[in-house]
Amino acid sequence: MHEYSIVQALYDNVVTHAVARGATTVQEIRVRIGQLSGVDPELLETAWRTFKVHTICEDAPMAIEVVAAEWACRECRQPAPPAGIRRCATCGGALKLVQGDEIVLERIVMEVA
Amino acid sequence: MCDSCGCGDTNVVPLDVQQRILSENERGAAHNRHHFVERSLVAINVMGSPGAGKTALLEATARALGGQRRIGALAGDLATDNDARRLEAAGIRAHAINTGSACHLDAAMVHRALHHMPWKDLDYLFIENVGNLVCPAVYDLGQAANVVILSVTEGEDKPLKYPVMFHKADLVLISKVDLLPHLPNIRLERIVDSLSRVMPEPHHIAVSATSGDGIDKWIDWLASHEAQRLRPEGSGEASDHHHHDHHHHEGHVHHE
Repeated sequence: MHEYSIVQALYDNVVTHAVARGATTVQEIRVRIGQLSGVDPELLETAWRTFKVHTICEDAPMAIEVVAAEWACRECRQPAPPAGIRRCATCGGALKLVQGDEIVLERIVMEVA
Repeated sequence: MCDSCGCGDTNVVPLDVQQRILSENERGAAHNRHHFVERSLVAINVMGSPGAGKTALLEATARALGGQRRIGALAGDLATDNDARRLEAAGIRAHAINTGSACHLDAAMVHRALHHMPWKDLDYLFIENVGNLVCPAVYDLGQAANVVILSVTEGEDKPLKYPVMFHKADLVLISKVDLLPHLPNIRLERIVDSLSRVMPEPHHIAVSATSGDGIDKWIDWLASHEAQRLRPEGSGEASDHHHHDHHHHEGHVHHE
């Protein structure tokens, strides 16, 4: 379970921003997690709840936006269905993931003294 | 949440960040990649389930190369240096990375390990990741390519169950194919069909470390990556880009 490692990296990012702006507490964080990112949103949220205790983020819930996987043809750019052979039904080109692999810290809401 | 209700409370500040959470690891990976490119070394991130045959494949690789290339390996495991010792016995310069409880290697672990092993004169560096089909896929280590080893005994639909790992693979080595005659319910073409449902370019080679089947094709694949590293520099390859589109060469077995 690598969600704790992700949360460690996330926490470091949040604290860097909070300290740089002289925040006293962090009130909310928002993250965007792709369906094919390899990160499980529920596990991530659980890890965050455990990790943030006794930190500047103690009262900050994590809001998670799950981003659905979207595929399109690398050649003709035609959108493709999420399942099936990863080749374009129109031109036969290889598909590529257009979205759905992101692991992004989107926004921090903090209280500044 | 004053940022949404608009009550004007000036003490609550929303900050738009839009930052990749693993950006620190990506910086570390870019740093490793820079070292590897600078030294013309082909670094391969070898991933797969525990028992897929990662170590055996590297032993067979050393046997097949017969000293024609200098090869090294970092062997990641939660505990023990058994794999590193096996690799050393096969003539591979090896160093164990014990991750403790961590289920994957990250760029910093690889970087630290490089301080414990002479690596600058190597032709190939195999980074044998922790046996796991989930977590290692998330961490870039600075490799030139991801190779996933999938043994025929793991089942035909493994790629469908672990799509992230296989989607990240540049090459899948379908291992232990010498066992196929004993596995009436496993068909190679069905494994390949599963791969083609998660990989846009399902490059794969069927191999057996025991019989030596397919090892020559794997050696050719490695050599094709040497050709790449020798291309003129200055392409900015060692910069921050974490996604590398690998050019695939002859010698690959393509799914038809």
